[in-house]
Amino acid sequence: MKLLSNIAVSESGYLFNPTNGDSFSSNPVATDIISLLKQDKSPEEIKQFILSKYDVEKSTVERDLDEFLQELRDNYLMNSNAK
Amino acid sequence: MQNKKTFTVALTGLNAVDSPGPGVPVARGIRECEDFNVRIIGLSYESLEPGIYMEGITDKAYQIPYPSAGSESLLTRLEYIHEKEKIDVLIPNFDAELYNFIKLSPKLKEMGIHTFLPTTEQFEARDKINLFSFCKKHNFLVPRDRTIYAASELSAAAAHFNYPLVVKGKYYDATVCQTLEQAQKAFHKLEAKWGLPVIAQEFIHGTEINVAALGDGNGNTISAIPMRKLFITDKGKAWAGVTLEDSKLIKLAKDFIRATNWRGGCELELMVTTDGRPYFMEVNPRFPAWIYLTVGAGQNQPAALVKMALGEKIEPYTSYSVGKTFIRYSWDMIIDIEQFQHFSALGEN
Amino acid sequence: MTSETKAKLRYERPIIRKMNSGLMNKFGTRTEYAPTSHIDNVPVKRLIDDYGSPCFVISERTMRKTYQSAVRAFKTRYPKVQFAWSYKTNYIDAVCNVFHQEGSWAEVVSGFEYEKAIRNGVPGNKIIFNGPDKTVEELKRAIENESLIHIDHFDELYDLIEITETSSKKARVAIRVNMDVGVYPLWDRFGFNYESYQAWQAIVKIMNCEKMELVGLHCHIGTFMLTANAYAVAAAKLCDLAYNIRLKWNTRIQYLDLGGGFASTNTLRGSYLPGVDSSPGFDDYAEAITSTILNFGFKQEELPLLILETGRALIDDAGYLLGTVLANKRLSDGRRATIMDFGVNILFTAFWYEHKISPAQEFTHHSEEMVVFGPLCMNIDKIRESVNLPLLSRGDHVVVHKVGAYNMTQWMQFISMRPNVVMIDAKGEVHKIRDRETIDTLTSQEHMPSHLKTFKL
Repeated sequence: MKLLSNIAVSESGYLFNPTNGDSFSSNPVATDIISLLKQDKSPEEIKQFILSKYDVEKSTVERDLDEFLQELRDNYLMNSNAK
Repeated sequence: MQNKKTFTVALTGLNAVDSPGPGVPVARGIRECEDFNVRIIGLSYESLEPGIYMEGITDKAYQIPYPSAGSESLLTRLEYIHEKEKIDVLIPNFDAELYNFIKLSPKLKEMGIHTFLPTTEQFEARDKINLFSFCKKHNFLVPRDRTIYAASELSAAAAHFNYPLVVKGKYYDATVCQTLEQAQKAFHKLEAKWGLPVIAQEFIHGTEINVAALGDGNGNTISAIPMRKLFITDKGKAWAGVTLEDSKLIKLAKDFIRATNWRGGCELELMVTTDGRPYFMEVNPRFPAWIYLTVGAGQNQPAALVKMALGEKIEPYTSYSVGKTFIRYSWDMIIDIEQFQHFSALGEN
Repeated sequence: MTSETKAKLRYERPIIRKMNSGLMNKFGTRTEYAPTSHIDNVPVKRLIDDYGSPCFVISERTMRKTYQSAVRAFKTRYPKVQFAWSYKTNYIDAVCNVFHQEGSWAEVVSGFEYEKAIRNGVPGNKIIFNGPDKTVEELKRAIENESLIHIDHFDELYDLIEITETSSKKARVAIRVNMDVGVYPLWDRFGFNYESYQAWQAIVKIMNCEKMELVGLHCHIGTFMLTANAYAVAAAKLCDLAYNIRLKWNTRIQYLDLGGGFASTNTLRGSYLPGVDSSPGFDDYAEAITSTILNFGFKQEELPLLILETGRALIDDAGYLLGTVLANKRLSDGRRATIMDFGVNILFTAFWYEHKISPAQEFTHHSEEMVVFGPLCMNIDKIRESVNLPLLSRGDHVVVHKVGAYNMTQWMQFISMRPNVVMIDAKGEVHKIRDRETIDTLTSQEHMPSHLKTFKL
């Protein structure tokens, strides 16, 4: 599970998928997650990072992260089969 | 000469695409006026309207909420833009947004933003739904029509007017229908897009002539120029057109403006029958997309509107060049995706 | 404890949003979902803590302000105006009494509503009894109380002729007239038709009956009327009838009742412009009606009293529904769905309005398109098909606006119980005006046959 390597992420949180031309904006938590994915961090590491940076419960992060990763897959921003 | 004033003019309709809005030609007309300097602020609904990115059209552009978000949202957004830009004149260029702008015009005036718009009464009198009774009242020729609230009412309308039957949306779009099935299909499409009612109208055979006219709000016509389309797109939009000499049509435009005390720009869509009788098909309450032709023919309607909005008294134009022709063309601009992302995310460039 | 926990940022669910996907751009649309954290200065959170979620809230201040502006619109144009509160729009007693305190009579459409008005202390001769459903007993009582009986059909008219033969008092009656006012649909199922002379026939019958006094003429041309001009047409037709009655019998009609049907500022489903921009205001309706009557040619001293029964436009804006997010999910097509703790069972008007929903707490500028569902286990339970709202999390509170009309009368006890209704008075005090229902409210109405009392599983 990896962010596609050619996804361009700008500092202001814009994403551009050069493969299909889609553009996205993201909110700060999403921007953080995406930049961690770019650095090949595991979901566990991402979770820890979010928990240390934001005022939020573990169960919430777990649920939201799962769903967010699914959303990235649905939007063809991640390859889904790689481990 | 060198103390020419600089005004800030905001305008909409920057969608210079295959079914274009009038914003880009209005901006060009205003820029070409030698009496003042101008800074043009584009107001856009979509982040890909070409006028946002075109060199020499807008100095800066902002997104504004769609008319369906209501006048309150629009006002909030305009307050934000005005604070940054100090707008002197605002020219809305779409039918569907006019209602909100007319409603807001007193508030805009308090803020120091001048508009030059028809009144609600003028705006409603030429509404598709009221056009028939309006024309009857002033002895203008007009095709018969019916207001339709349910698809089941179409067959009665067809029995009355015969086919082809013109089925029209409340704000935009019209389809010429040859059968009941086509009419029903058109009805559902228009209902979904623009809401009820839908209008069914008698079909008039003839030549379509459009007149771009500008009224001063006291019954005087500042400019009126008739144009015949020479070439149309598959959407029925003019792709080329030529100015005509026809005193009857100019008189008709003057009669219309006198009857309504029309304030601002408008486009009369007329169908002239083979025996020369002009029928009112529609009156658009704003400049047409081909308004730059009036500039080319010697009557700069957009610039005259800016002057009147600022309170200047304008003498009516008296002559224009007949046979001036416009040919519209498309042009591929190159921008970077970041420009689009930036405008799309932040709502301004 | 540590400085690290102190520095933690406010969390918001991560989202990405596709740019230019054809949805409404969000610039300037923030007013659509600016948070509503207080109603008349009372915190929404406190209301929910004290009265539960969901909960209906009525602003007495808004009610009175709306009523007064409606009265002003008419009274500044016409010398004799009387409003009658339309009970069916909201017949919670406290609501009715606010309007009665303001000077409103009562307009009722059933024996039950009639009884409610009497119990609230409305004098019988200030109750207008409308509608097609009036029993002989109810009619007798209305005659005795000198109430204004608005006759709906010939069967009722014959009932009255028969009843008055033996009653000591004359019946004070009006007829309801239906007519073509150029709008669709034509409400011809109520009253007597104008164009086909049915109304005139009814008038002749009444005028020929000694025990009935024709005091007024009534019409009610539709609901949520978006053109004020239709009322001008209606008023002209009622004036025409009154004038002809004067000519033929030398009898003066005391009042014209133009009914209700004024639109509120809610947005109808499927309409392009929001209701705030497209609905006529009281001034528009008042101008259309009063200028027609004033210009009709009545002598100044013979101008009829103008009665108005508007309900929706007087109470809609004063009502709020508070609720809570139960759950969030993504639908199979990727759309976000938010499930609220209130459904169409109590927010009946969601069937025809695009109700404005605001979060009750602050949010960032990020928003998403979503479907808003109610909690019922029923597919029809949809509050908004598509709405742009900030990221709502489980437990967040929301405020639904302009729910004062019809919801608190048409609500259903279905799957769950009806909630508390509170009123915030002009000083900001909160009063409970209707208790939430309990299981006992329902089961107290039920009876168990003895052979069904026990079972073994």
